[in-house]
Amino acid sequence: MLYFERWKVVLIVLLCFAGLAYSAPNFVPKAQLENVPGWLPNKQINLGLDLRGGSYMLLGLDTRGLEHSRLQDLVNEVRNALRDVRVPYTGLGIQGGMVTVTITRAEDVEKARVAIDNLATTVSGNVFSGLPERDLLVNATGQRIDVSVTEAAKLAQLQAAVQQSIEIVRRRIDELGTTEPVIQRQGADRILVQVPGLEDPQQLKELLGRTARMNFRLVSNAMSAQQAIATRTVPAGTEILYSAEEPREPYLVERRIMVGGDRLRDASPGFDQRTGQPVVNFRFDSIGGRQFGEVTRENVGRPFAIVLDNEVISAPRINEPILGDSGQISGNFTVQEATNLAILLRSGALPVDITILEERTVGPGLGADSIAAGEIAALIGAAAVVVFMIASYGFFGVLAVAALVLNVLMLFGILSILQATLTLPGIAGIVLTIGMAVDANVLIYERIREEVLAGKGPVPAIETGYNKALSSILDANITTLISAAILFQMGTGPVRGFAVTLAIGIITSVFTAYTVNRLMISVWLRRSRPKAIVL
Amino acid sequence: MRLLKLIPDDTHIPFVKWRHIAVSLSVIVVVASAILLFTRGLHFGIDFTGGILIEISTDGPADIAELRRDLGGLGLGEIQIQEFGQADDVLIRVQAPDSEDEAASQRVVDMVKAELGDRAVEYRRVEVVGPQVSGELVQDGILAVVIAVVLMLIYIWFRFEWQFALGSVISLIHDVMATIGVFCILQLEFNLASIAALLTIVGYSMNDTVIVYDRIRENLRKYKKMDLSELLDLSINQTLSRTIMTSGTTLLALAALFIFGGAVLRDFTFAMIFGIFVGTYSSIFVGAPVLLAIGVNRDGSGGAAQTAKESAAGKA
Repeated sequence: MLYFERWKVVLIVLLCFAGLAYSAPNFVPKAQLENVPGWLPNKQINLGLDLRGGSYMLLGLDTRGLEHSRLQDLVNEVRNALRDVRVPYTGLGIQGGMVTVTITRAEDVEKARVAIDNLATTVSGNVFSGLPERDLLVNATGQRIDVSVTEAAKLAQLQAAVQQSIEIVRRRIDELGTTEPVIQRQGADRILVQVPGLEDPQQLKELLGRTARMNFRLVSNAMSAQQAIATRTVPAGTEILYSAEEPREPYLVERRIMVGGDRLRDASPGFDQRTGQPVVNFRFDSIGGRQFGEVTRENVGRPFAIVLDNEVISAPRINEPILGDSGQISGNFTVQEATNLAILLRSGALPVDITILEERTVGPGLGADSIAAGEIAALIGAAAVVVFMIASYGFFGVLAVAALVLNVLMLFGILSILQATLTLPGIAGIVLTIGMAVDANVLIYERIREEVLAGKGPVPAIETGYNKALSSILDANITTLISAAILFQMGTGPVRGFAVTLAIGIITSVFTAYTVNRLMISVWLRRSRPKAIVL
Repeated sequence: MRLLKLIPDDTHIPFVKWRHIAVSLSVIVVVASAILLFTRGLHFGIDFTGGILIEISTDGPADIAELRRDLGGLGLGEIQIQEFGQADDVLIRVQAPDSEDEAASQRVVDMVKAELGDRAVEYRRVEVVGPQVSGELVQDGILAVVIAVVLMLIYIWFRFEWQFALGSVISLIHDVMATIGVFCILQLEFNLASIAALLTIVGYSMNDTVIVYDRIRENLRKYKKMDLSELLDLSINQTLSRTIMTSGTTLLALAALFIFGGAVLRDFTFAMIFGIFVGTYSSIFVGAPVLLAIGVNRDGSGGAAQTAKESAAGKA
């Protein structure tokens, strides 16, 4: 047990030096690290949002809304298909999660079924089969035809929506100019956003919470909005929308879209040249510009509405045909609102509504305080353990402490290499590791004490101590490792950080407190050949 | 230099003799904890109930009464306001809005922020947990503790005999229940970090119990004829010094964290400190007596029940 082959010694020493080298960048100011050549270790531990300040947000996609809008599209497709084959029908609508329609004449049912069936396309199948599958299921019972969307199609649609949403969320966050935001998918229908070092999370929330579906529509001239509300009837093809700003005024707006927000090429905040009010300047792409020009030429004198997420931002009158491809939105904005709207329009609309399910924001002040408190606690805790160990085991205690210092440095080194995230509970994990890491040494030393009391000489006593303690050390550490693994699997954010430091701390502590410590003692034994040991 | 020895070298404390007292005490603690859990209940944090937590710092000592009056006037349901760590640091907890709408919480945050106005010099923390997420966190938390206990059971079963696995899991459940009892009595906030603390306690308690069991197993092989209760006493005494030393160093580190680690970690650290005490107690007073009650397989011939009877007879 005390004899080490040469290559093992070399390996152990190398591992220790690697640990030291990789932990070193953490003790150097960040600015100086940039001068370190690339082949040297130059990574610092990644601090979690709770230590450096920042916002964590879990966004949920409105999957029900997504499915519903798919069904609404399907209603339109079915209507067009039946119109094309000239089949009369009644009761076309959404019912119980599918589109149903009743064909008026029984002899038309087959023709209608085939026409609707032709609407189906294929989507890539599920993970198991991998085969392409149809996206629609058409079922005729009597004169009624039910059309439902297959699970594979729903899944494919969700996939696409999540992908696209991530892209748009990324564009919006990039506009904030923060460093290293993390945007990733979580589960089936969620997006995790982590933005470090944000002074004002309010703007982030405003940017993330909006779908930003914008379009330009004509205000109906069939009747006034007040009339429509009073008579509780809305002319066909119109709807009542309210203004975004208080007092909320109703507008009777045509459902038909003049130009959609997807036709915008650019948007930027600016000021109106006459009034000095903040506005958003925008430009259409060529198709959008042409569409806008045509509609404005035909409707001079009528007001049109600029609609964002079903709210009317402003409703200017068309004084003359607008033929250029640029325009201006003025809606009594503050500068901040104009900036946000420009960002939203530039980055595009989300394919689906998003809500913030969970938000955790830590200000930079608390983060800095936490680091300071954690450092003090770790130093004092370590000092107490050092004093206690040396008082209890004398020279052997010093060796245990040397192993402990090495342990903490290796822990830092591995955290730096893995670029694992250190959180506040993670610091607690390090402090706990400091307390528990000496356990292996305690086990060994107590065992050696027993063997010495039983009358064994130094070398056999130490030999037996290491031998017998090993199984206990392994069992004890594997159980803690199991806990840490489960925490890592189940936990999120800060708690996961705790699991990471705990797990790495266990592994490094077995290495330093058992292997490295054993090497130290074997070297000492060979050098000094003690007649008796004080323990 | 004389070395510090917390425990003398050769102790013969008759732990097993005290098992009736210890077991009664443990049963009382576990039952009381269970009763407390169902009557008084845990003080769940927003991780599990959903809701809003805002930590602000104020310019000079905060006027808690005034804040309570002003925020109470918003009609947002139950609002808890407390000083946090120091006089110019305030923690505000707002109940989850009674709504399925996930965006409702965000509107409440805006209302509270508007009411606080200039009084909040800095928003140190804002946490909003919606109903959907909090429900999942509860499930995951319970699942995590259960899986941990089951995996430990399997591991110990694999490494020892089933009697040891049963014994260690009984002491684990004992420790978890006792810790939950303390959470109930002191009404400490039970949140995600508390689950982490519980799992750490599970790991530590297991660690401690395994060390004692390891020695028991070793002694079972060494002293084939020794009476089981005598053997348990011997094993506990032999490992006593280590048990106390390791608990000592761990407690020293945790005490430093408790005192200097800041207000955010205080409940988390407290739970772990308590857990170390219970874990140490249970590895001596729960794990070993359980073995005495169910007996152990001493010669590998499957005579567990018989051994138990013999040793019971030996006592009588």
